[in-house]
Amino acid sequence: MSFLEVTAFLANGFVFSLIIFAVTLLCGVPLGLPIAFCSMSRYKPVKAVSKVIVWIVRGIPLMLQIFIIYYVPGLLFKTPIFSNIDRYIISNFNIPDDGLVRMLLINAGSLVSVLIAFSLNYACYFSEIYRGGIESISKGQYEAGYVLGLTKSQIFRKIVLKQVIKRIVPPMSNEIITLIKDTALANCIMIPEIIKQAKELAATKAMIWPLFYTGVFYLLFVGLLTILLGRLEKKLSYFN
Amino acid sequence: MSVLEVKGIMKSFGKTEVLKGLDFSLEKGEVLSIIGSSGSGKTTLLRCLNFLEFADKGTISVNGKTIFDGDSLKKLTDNEIRENRLHFGLVFQSFNLFPQYSVLENITLAPTLLNRGTAEEIKAEAMALIERVGLSDKVNNYPCELSGGQQQRVAIARALALKPDILCFDEPTSALDPELTGEVLRVIRDLKDEDSTMIVVTHEMEFARNVSDKVIFMADGVIEEMGTPDEVFLNPKSDKTKNFLSKDIEKV
Repeated sequence: MSFLEVTAFLANGFVFSLIIFAVTLLCGVPLGLPIAFCSMSRYKPVKAVSKVIVWIVRGIPLMLQIFIIYYVPGLLFKTPIFSNIDRYIISNFNIPDDGLVRMLLINAGSLVSVLIAFSLNYACYFSEIYRGGIESISKGQYEAGYVLGLTKSQIFRKIVLKQVIKRIVPPMSNEIITLIKDTALANCIMIPEIIKQAKELAATKAMIWPLFYTGVFYLLFVGLLTILLGRLEKKLSYFN
Repeated sequence: MSVLEVKGIMKSFGKTEVLKGLDFSLEKGEVLSIIGSSGSGKTTLLRCLNFLEFADKGTISVNGKTIFDGDSLKKLTDNEIRENRLHFGLVFQSFNLFPQYSVLENITLAPTLLNRGTAEEIKAEAMALIERVGLSDKVNNYPCELSGGQQQRVAIARALALKPDILCFDEPTSALDPELTGEVLRVIRDLKDEDSTMIVVTHEMEFARNVSDKVIFMADGVIEEMGTPDEVFLNPKSDKTKNFLSKDIEKV
């Protein structure tokens, strides 16, 4: 296999990494907010439930959570739900013989389970960042809003939110950069993300260098993220 | 009719009684200064007037209408509390400007959200207020670019933008360097000339004496002495007042 062929083969895998990355952010960023509010709730049971969930999700390895989401529904319903989806698609759709579309279709069910696990996991981490950010806003900001006759929701949306965003950009950047590297964990249930692809080459073509070459993909993407997140941070640096 | 009438206000935090039954009233255009040592309940009183705390007992009436009654506290909805708050403005010791908004936006935010007019009207009024507090050259600056005195003047303009019946100041100069207190006190003095009704909690005795129509000396949660500045400063009746005022002179 030529260098370009290897690159293309790995790039297909990196598409899976990027899908997991994008969907996790798309679901995890908003989902973290209600979890954060529950963790700060005045109602003790709500707060307790939320804290226990966050404790469990942050307390066990993400790889184990992927296994749990992938296997446990199958054990409960006595049939492997996510691999059934894969099998259903394989037997009912016209699958191309090779290429990215084929990879996506035959792994769709397993991919869904990974996306659920990642979104839940990251939502919990994000929720703790949000909570820290919200709690760091001084009481005076709320009180200034109250004495100006604003509602709680106006105070949150118009006064507190932007200050929270400014404060959480650095820790969120950290998590986001960790996320793209964590996507490699999907290979534990045979999702053909980039490292799985490289291992495939090692196994079938006896090529080991592509495994190390995958680092370049991550580095380029993390470089891009660093620039974008740095810009966002700079854009919010006009106030304290 | 008094613009503000406060009767029997009591407030406890846990077992600590902070306000032990206060009565006073204020006429339109009057300036009331509240003096007293730290922990005497001055700030708590202002916070009760602005509904940042809720008094346990007593009534607060504005323009003859009772807006707060400790006995029926539970019945107030969030909306009623918000409307009641709008009778009062509050200028904080620590300014509490909104850092992400410019001077102009800090002032226009609440009137805009409360639909107090068209965008042009609100902006024109805000510009007039900014001029009044002498910050016309800082309209588009952000709070972090202003000195403490300038920030406090913006905070005053922000409170005035909602045209409260009574404007309260909670130690407005305590967080300022001595050379900056003058500019803030001058703004408050100018407001008096324009007939604003104000309550000023302050440690600036000179200011209290020269600007107020009425002075209250608070000690241990009660009004120890109340009267015109001359009565309180020149002929204090209570020993606690005498003691407090003599300490202030000693300090100088």
